[in-house]
Amino acid sequence: MSVIQDPVNAGVTSGQQEPGGTNYINHSKGALSWLLTLDHKRIGLMYMVMVLAAFLLGGSFAVALRTLLFLRAAPDVAPMTPASQDLYNQFFTLHGAILVFMFIIPAVPAILGNMILPLMLGAKDVAFPRLNLLSWYCYMAGGGFFLYVLLSGGLDTGWTFYTPYSTSTNTSVAAATLGAFVLGFSSILTGLNFIATIHMLRPPGMGWFQMPLFLWALYATSVIQVLATPVLAITLLLLFAERVLHVGIFDPALGGDPVLFQHFFWFYSHPAVYIMILPAMGIISELMATFCRRQIFGYSFIAFSSIAIALLGFLVWGHHMYTTQSAMANAVFSLITFSVAIPSAIKVFNWLATMYKGSISLATPMLYSLAFIWLFTIGGLTGVFLGSLSLDIMAHDTTFVVAHFHSVMVGSMLTAFLGGMYYWWPKMFGKMYNETVAKVAWFLIFIGFNLTFFVLFVAGSQGMPRRYADFLPEFAIYHKISTVGSYVLAIGLFLVLYNWIHSLLAGRKAPQNPWGGNTLEWHTSSPPPHENFIEEPFVSEPYQMHAWDYDESIDGYVFNRARAEELEKQGHH
Amino acid sequence: MSSEHEQSNHAANGDHHHPAHLAHHFETPEQQFESGKLGMWVFLATEILMFGGLFCAYAIYRGNHQDVFLYGYGALDKMWGATNTVVLLASSLTMAWGVRAAQKGQQKLLVAMLIATFMGGVGFMCIKGVEYQQKWKHNLFPGTMNAFYYEGGQAKYPEKLKHAIEFIDGRNSGGEASGGGGHAPAGHESTDDSKPVEHSDTVEADSASPVIIPAVFGAPADVSTIKPPANPTEQGVLDSAIDQAGDGSTPSAAHTQILWNDLSGAEQKKVHLFFGIYFMMTGLHGLHVLIGMVLIAWLTFKAFKGQFSKDYFAPVDIGGLYWHLVDLIWIFLFPLLYLIH
Amino acid sequence: MLAILAQADKTFFLPPARSTVAGLHDGLYNFVLWMSVIWLVLIAGLMVYFVIKYRRKSPNDKPVGPTHSTAIELGWTLPPLILVMVIFVWGFRGFLQMNQAPNGAYQVIVSASKWNWAFTYGRGEKDSVLHVPVDTPISLVLTSSDVIHSFYVPEFRIKRDVVPGRYNKTWFQATEIGEYNLFCAEYCGQQHSQMITKVVVESRDDFLAYLEERGKWWEGKSPVEVGQTVWNDNGCKQCHSVEDADGTGPKWNDVFGAERKFADGTTRIADEDYIRDSILNPGKNVVQGFDNVMPTSQGQIKDPEITGVIEYLKSISKNFDGQLLEPFPVTVPAEDGGTPGAQE
Repeated sequence: MSVIQDPVNAGVTSGQQEPGGTNYINHSKGALSWLLTLDHKRIGLMYMVMVLAAFLLGGSFAVALRTLLFLRAAPDVAPMTPASQDLYNQFFTLHGAILVFMFIIPAVPAILGNMILPLMLGAKDVAFPRLNLLSWYCYMAGGGFFLYVLLSGGLDTGWTFYTPYSTSTNTSVAAATLGAFVLGFSSILTGLNFIATIHMLRPPGMGWFQMPLFLWALYATSVIQVLATPVLAITLLLLFAERVLHVGIFDPALGGDPVLFQHFFWFYSHPAVYIMILPAMGIISELMATFCRRQIFGYSFIAFSSIAIALLGFLVWGHHMYTTQSAMANAVFSLITFSVAIPSAIKVFNWLATMYKGSISLATPMLYSLAFIWLFTIGGLTGVFLGSLSLDIMAHDTTFVVAHFHSVMVGSMLTAFLGGMYYWWPKMFGKMYNETVAKVAWFLIFIGFNLTFFVLFVAGSQGMPRRYADFLPEFAIYHKISTVGSYVLAIGLFLVLYNWIHSLLAGRKAPQNPWGGNTLEWHTSSPPPHENFIEEPFVSEPYQMHAWDYDESIDGYVFNRARAEELEKQGHH
Repeated sequence: MSSEHEQSNHAANGDHHHPAHLAHHFETPEQQFESGKLGMWVFLATEILMFGGLFCAYAIYRGNHQDVFLYGYGALDKMWGATNTVVLLASSLTMAWGVRAAQKGQQKLLVAMLIATFMGGVGFMCIKGVEYQQKWKHNLFPGTMNAFYYEGGQAKYPEKLKHAIEFIDGRNSGGEASGGGGHAPAGHESTDDSKPVEHSDTVEADSASPVIIPAVFGAPADVSTIKPPANPTEQGVLDSAIDQAGDGSTPSAAHTQILWNDLSGAEQKKVHLFFGIYFMMTGLHGLHVLIGMVLIAWLTFKAFKGQFSKDYFAPVDIGGLYWHLVDLIWIFLFPLLYLIH
Repeated sequence: MLAILAQADKTFFLPPARSTVAGLHDGLYNFVLWMSVIWLVLIAGLMVYFVIKYRRKSPNDKPVGPTHSTAIELGWTLPPLILVMVIFVWGFRGFLQMNQAPNGAYQVIVSASKWNWAFTYGRGEKDSVLHVPVDTPISLVLTSSDVIHSFYVPEFRIKRDVVPGRYNKTWFQATEIGEYNLFCAEYCGQQHSQMITKVVVESRDDFLAYLEERGKWWEGKSPVEVGQTVWNDNGCKQCHSVEDADGTGPKWNDVFGAERKFADGTTRIADEDYIRDSILNPGKNVVQGFDNVMPTSQGQIKDPEITGVIEYLKSISKNFDGQLLEPFPVTVPAEDGGTPGAQE
C-alpha cells in the first residue's frame, strides 16, 4: 500500500477537519454522481436507502397481518370471508418474500459489508467496483418486479413457492420468481466481489488470521451466496417455465414431482439462512471486542466455526421435509443438523468468554449484542427441538417454527444489524446519534420481540398451525399477546428510524473513532474520504485496542502510534 | 474490470508507474489480473452449480422414468449433436489459440482467432436452430404445446400425438415406417390395463377409484375383528400398488428400441417431460452461447482497435475461460441427451 | 362433554397426550425443554454477571484477559456435542415408532383436496369426519387431488404431508375416547385455515355402529336432507353458500332452473344433468366470474348422494315448483353383513 495524495482533493477546503478536505459524501455532486458511482461506500449508502425501504414495506405487512389476527379474536368485528382470508394470505406471503429476498439477505453484506469491508482491508475499493454497481441495479430491478407483483394481483404462495400450489394459483407467481431470480444475481455479484476482494486486496501485514472476524463471516457468507444462489436461480427458472409453459417437472398432474421442488428450494434456502445469520455473527464479534475493549477470546475458533457453519449448512436442507421424505433421509439430515448446532454454540461461548475480565461498556451497539446473545440462544435451543425428528413431526408447520426462525432471522439478525448500524453510523455519516433515544428504542425492541414470539412458541407447541388466517378459540389469547408485542416492536423500530434521521439532520459531529476500535476503518476520518485513506493505515492485530487513548475534548479515541508499534512488537514475542 | 475513468488522477502520481488499464484501486497489473481471473473462476463455479441443478433434475427423471427417456431420445438427431460438439470444440481451440496470440502480442492473429471463435458460436446456434426446427415440425415443443401433452388424463392433441408417435417410432425402429404407431391411441388403453397402478393414474382421485378402492374395500372384510386382513393377497395388491405409485415406474430392461406401445399408460403421459427437460437444458445452454458470443464480439472489437498487448490481455484470457465453460457444459449435455442408452 | 374431558391434562406447553407415541414425544420434549432452560439461564446469567462485574470503569481501561485456550474450547464443545447426539438418537427412535405402523393396523384412506378432508373406510363408507375405534392401531394412506396438504392431529403428536401423486402413510393408536381437532398443516391456499375437521375416537362398538350407519346413511332419508348433509359434510359449503352470497364458488340458492353464463361465453340451463356435470366434471362449465378451482368428486360421491344434491338444489330454488323425490328406500342387510354394492 503506497501513500497516495489525492491530487483532485488536495487543497480543497471544506468543513471537514481531515487534511484531504472532502469526504466521500460531498466528493462530487448531482444525482448522476450517485447513480453511476463506483465508490463502494456510496453503493453501500444507496443499498441502505433501498433495503431500509424494503424493510419498512415488509415490516408493515407483518404489522398488518398481526392486526388481522387480532381482529379474528373478535369475529363480530371482522367476519371471516374469502376476501379476508385472501388478504391474510397475501400479507404473510409478501411479508416473507420481501423481507427474505430484499431485506435479510442483502442487509448486512450489501449495506455494512459494502461500506466497511474495503475499509477494514485498508483498500480503496472492492475488487470489481462496476460489478458492485451492477449488483445494486440488479437489486433495484428485482425490487421493481416485486413492486409489479404488489400492483398486479399480489402473491399468495408463501415465500417458499411450494409447487403445485404455486403453479396453480392465479396470483403473480411468474413476476415474483423473476424478481427473486434477479435479486439472486445481485446477491451472487456481491458475494463474488467480496471473495475476490478478501483474497486479493488484503494489505501487507494482514494475513488470513489477522483479519477482523467480520471479514471471516462475510467471506463464509460470500461462499454460500456464490454456491447456493445458482441453485435457487435454476429452481426459479424451472418454476417460471412451469408457470408459463407447463413443462411439468414439478407438477404432479403432469407427471412431475413436487417434492423435488422442495429439495431444490431448500438446497438454496437453508444455506440462505446462514447467509442471513453469519454476517450478523461477524458483527457481534466486532462489537464484543470493541465494547469489552479487549482481544476477542478464541479468534480462530470463531473464524473456523464460520467456515464450518457455511460448509455444514449445505448438507442440512432436508430437515425442512421431515414430514415428507423417507425415514433414512430424515435420520441423516437430522444428524447433520445437530452437528451444525455445535459451531454456533462455540461462538456464543467465545463471546461470553470475551466479556470475562473485559471492560464492558453498555453503549447502544453493545446492548444490541447482548440482546443478540439472548435471542440467538433461544433461537438455537428451539432449533434443537426442531432438529430432533420426533419433536419436529409435531412442531413442523406450527407457529413454533415461526417463532424459532424469527428468533434467528429477526431476533438475532435484526439486532445484530441494528447494533452494527449504530456502531458504524458515526463512520458512515460523521454524525453521532442520541444515545438515550437509542437505548429506549432498544428496550422497546427487546421487549416487543420477546412478547411477540414467546407466546408463539407456546401456541405452536399446543398445535397452532402456521399460515392460518383464522384460529380456534383456544388460541386467541396467544394471538392477542403476540399482536400487542408486534406493536411494541414496531414502535421501537420507528424510534430507531427517527433517531437516525434526527442524527443526520442535527447529530453531533462524530470523532474519527468514538468507540476505540482498532480495525482499519477507525484509522480513517469519519466519514472517510473518497478513496478511503489519506495515509496508509497502521496494520496490526485487529483487536489490539490499547494503543487508542480516550480524549475527552472530542469524546473519542486518538491513536498512539508509538505505543501501537511497541504492542505489536510484544505481540510477536 | 478495469476502471479507466480515474486514470488521469493517477497519471499525475509520481510514486509508481500506474498503467492506463490499471484500475485505481489495484496496486499492480498482476494483482488486477489475478483478481479478474479469480472472479471469473468463482463465477464459473456459480454457472456449474446452476447447470448442476438441471443435471440433477435430469438424473432424477431419467432414473425414475427410464423408458420415457429411452423413447424420447428417438426424436434427437445424433448427427447434428455430434457436429455441434465438433464445432464447439473447434471454437474452444481457436479461443485458446487467440489467448496465446494475445499473450504474445500478435494482434492480427488474435483478431482472426476471435472471429473464428465467434463464427463457431454462430455455427453452433444455426445447427441448434435446425434441430429445434425439426422438433417443432413434429409439434415437439416444451410444455403445453407438446404433441405428447396430456390434460386430465387425455391427450390434448390426439392428431398431433399420432403424428409424433409415428415420427419417433419410425426412428426408434431403425428408420422403418411407423410400425406400432398407427394404432397408438388404442394401444394406450390396453397397456393401461396390463400394468398395475401407475403414478399419474392415481393422482386424480377419480382414476384412482378403479384400482385402489376395490383393493381397499376388499381388505379387512370383517370389520368387527379389526386385525390383519383376512385376505393377505388383497392387502398385498394394495401395498404393491401403493409402492409402485410412490416409486414411479419400474424401469424395464434397457433396450434401445423402445416403441410407443412399450411404454405403460402412465409413462406415455410423461413423454412430454423429456422434451421439457431437453429444451430447458439446451435452451439455457444456448443462452450461454449467445452471451459468450456477445462477449467475444466485444473482445474482437477491442482487439481490432489494438487495445490488447503483451502487458494487457486479461479480458481475452478471462473471456476465454467463460467460453471454455460453455463448451464444457455442452460436452456433458451431448452424451446425456443424445448418446446414453 | 367429550371435548372438555379431552382437554383434561393439557400442560402449559403441550396439548393432552392421546396416542401411544405421545408419551415418547413428550418425554423428549420435556427433556429438551429443561435442558434449554438450564442453558439459557446459564448463558444469560453469566452475561448479566459479567456486565455488572466487569463494567467499564474508565474509557481508558486496558483490560487483559485470556485470549485462547484449546482446553477450554474442547471443554465447552464436548458436552453440547454429547447432549445433541443423545437427543438425536432419542428423537430418531421416537420417529421410527411414529413412522412404522404395527402389522394389521386398520386402514383408512385419507383424501385431501382444497379445502376438505374425506375419509374412506374398509367397504367404501365415507365421511368428512374421521371416526376411529379406541386402542386400535389405525394406518392412514394419504392422498391429495390438488396441492400439498398435511395431516395433523396435535393430541396424537402426528403429522404427515399429503402430496399429490404420492401415497404417504402414517399411523396412530388413540388411547382415549374423545374428539380431537385435525388440522391441515401445509399451506394450501385461500381456506387453509378452515381445513379443520374432527377425529372422533369411540369405543369399538360405537365405531362398528357408525360404520354400519355410514354404509347406507342415506336410506330412509329424504333426498333433500341427504343433499344438505352432503353439502355440509363433503365440504361444498366451504365455497358454496346457500344464503344468497357468492363465495369462492357460486351460491347455490336459486341456481336450479336458472340460466348459467360461463366463462367461455356459452350458457346453459341448470338442470339435473348440469348439476351432475358440475359435480363430476367441474372444469367443463366454469361460471363467469369464478375460477376453475373446484376438484372433481368423481369416485368420491355415490349416485344417491348426487341425487340428494340435485333435490336439495331444487328445494332452495325459486325456479323450481315441481315435486321433490320420495325418501330413499331402506334395504334389509344381507346375512353375511353385507357385501359392497348390496346397498346400492
